[in-house]
Amino acid sequence: MSERPRVVIVDDHHLFRAGVRAELGAEVEVVGDAGTVEAAVATIRERRPDVVLLDVHMPDGGGVEVIRRVSSDGEGPRFLALSVSDAAEDVIAVIRAGARGYVTKTISGAELAGAVRSVAGGDAVFSPRLAGFVLDAFAGEPHHASAPTAQELEIEQLTPREREVLRHIARGYMYKEVAQRLGISVKTVEAHVSAVLRKLQLSSRHELSRWAVERQLVTLDGPAAGA
Amino acid sequence: MGPPLAWWHHLAMASLELTPGQPRGEEGHASLPPVAPPRGRTPPGPLRRYPDRGLLGGVCPGLAEHFGTDVALARLVMAILVAVGGIGVAVYALAWALIPVAPESEGLPRRPGAWREAVVIVVAVAAVIVSLRAAGVRFGEEIVWPLVLGACGMALVWRPTVSAGDRTARQGWHSLRTYVRPGGRVDAPRLLIGVLLVAFASASLLHAFGVLRSLGTAIGAVAIIATMLGLLFGPWVLRLGRSLASERAARIREQERAELGAHLHDSVLQTLALIQKRAGDPREVAGLARRQERELRHWLLEGAGNGGPDTVAGALERAAAEVEELHGVPIEVVTVGDGRLDPRLEAVVQAAREAMTNAAKFAGSDRVDLYAEVEPERVDVFVRDRGVGFDPRTIPSDRRGVRDSIIARMERHHGCASVTSMPGEGTEVELTMGRGAPV
Repeated sequence: MSERPRVVIVDDHHLFRAGVRAELGAEVEVVGDAGTVEAAVATIRERRPDVVLLDVHMPDGGGVEVIRRVSSDGEGPRFLALSVSDAAEDVIAVIRAGARGYVTKTISGAELAGAVRSVAGGDAVFSPRLAGFVLDAFAGEPHHASAPTAQELEIEQLTPREREVLRHIARGYMYKEVAQRLGISVKTVEAHVSAVLRKLQLSSRHELSRWAVERQLVTLDGPAAGA
Repeated sequence: MGPPLAWWHHLAMASLELTPGQPRGEEGHASLPPVAPPRGRTPPGPLRRYPDRGLLGGVCPGLAEHFGTDVALARLVMAILVAVGGIGVAVYALAWALIPVAPESEGLPRRPGAWREAVVIVVAVAAVIVSLRAAGVRFGEEIVWPLVLGACGMALVWRPTVSAGDRTARQGWHSLRTYVRPGGRVDAPRLLIGVLLVAFASASLLHAFGVLRSLGTAIGAVAIIATMLGLLFGPWVLRLGRSLASERAARIREQERAELGAHLHDSVLQTLALIQKRAGDPREVAGLARRQERELRHWLLEGAGNGGPDTVAGALERAAAEVEELHGVPIEVVTVGDGRLDPRLEAVVQAAREAMTNAAKFAGSDRVDLYAEVEPERVDVFVRDRGVGFDPRTIPSDRRGVRDSIIARMERHHGCASVTSMPGEGTEVELTMGRGAPV
């Protein structure tokens, strides 16, 4: 991308918005920021940014609500979730709503700018943590009560290659390093990651909510232990 | 026949001498309640019941405590009140219903044998009344007994309202607990019994005064008035109940807020104060902030699935936090799946800790990634840094950590460890361990 991506920052903490704005600095063009869902929707409609940096947790519904309302407009910007939250369910919810990636707020300014450029270019951005969450969500063999259709199976499972790519990302490798280690091109790594993102967004509500429930209710004495 | 004899003996002694505060005739009175020491000049506390010390509802010990007298005197007075036409029963029932249980008595078991004694006392009192009546001594019983019944009925009706907002008061009322739910709302059977008792008492009184017949036509009017009263006061009673409930909710909220405040004070505010003091040392400030973040995150996410104290994920998190604190290099921990620690997995955690320490100490990397995948049949842990790296074939002999603490440790537990590193490319330590019994 030759020109600088235009970015809107949505976060309910003023200090944090100012900090991100300063850190992104020259690499991207910050065209606006907002502290509430209402203001965010209005700002995004008015400024038409390429990328929205979106806080997962905000009053009045958080990032999910912003994506839902902006996406109903039709062609919208791309979203990158940015949060301190460790709660997997919340992060997965934002990804499923349509965000193209998730990075934690402790990310460095340069890395964040790189992530913004990737998202603007249509790629998915998986931080190690998100890769971990996704692996967790798709963990284990599918144990459907009823036999799933072939199409369902294809959507709801990761291929071994995709799993391997995610595992490397979770281990802290950059796309470039993953490509090198697996002997594939960076483009192929990006394709795998995008495929995973699509599967995450398409997979049936049932399967992921089962996962969420298990995460909440997992007890070490129960049968779900270590599963 | 120990208890009744003891009781009468006690009564006799007390009535003869009328000296409160002196436990009389201790010998052979093992079943008597322990007598509270005289309170001297300490101001009387609020009226409370002591069911664990008492015979029935613990009213007499409470009264004795309140007025600073011997419990025997209180019992004597109560017995006389009962005997003299039965007014004592009314007093006792009301006291039982309205006086809350003393906090220190709450939840304590009743004295063994108390019920038996109580039954004996009731029988004895009844016998006295009957014999008095046989001797021609009457105390206007046709008035007193209806009053007694009415008092019991009132106690039944009013008790729930009195206790609605008061946790301590709710603890009492053992005898009716089984079919009366003292949880704020007045429930139907209890209310019905109470109303019936009051109605019966009123009818008896009216009958005693010989006005019942002339009142026959007025019953309708009374019913109407009663309905009106109900309509008038019903909403008020309801509102009262609701306000008590909301008050309780507010109190719980207040308690939670206080807890949160205490936690924030102990952790976040302390850390912020420290950060202000050390503002000149960015490394330490970052370390402080990071440690606080971990603590707060742990506190917020407590019990949300992974990361319990005796699980692999929890142990790895803890080890990472410790290494981070010691060496000041942030460690990003990502875990997939979880499982309970066993000796083999503890070895993995130890080895991972050693690998993290090496990475933090020698790699010169600005961050370390730890990734653990816990599956039903095996556990994989990766510790990766982007530091200087080294040639694994030439591990310096003084770097015993890698050989002893990582590779040898894993092999002892039938796992394996491999180190991938190249000068300038960073290092990755991979630990693999099967789960369950070693094959």
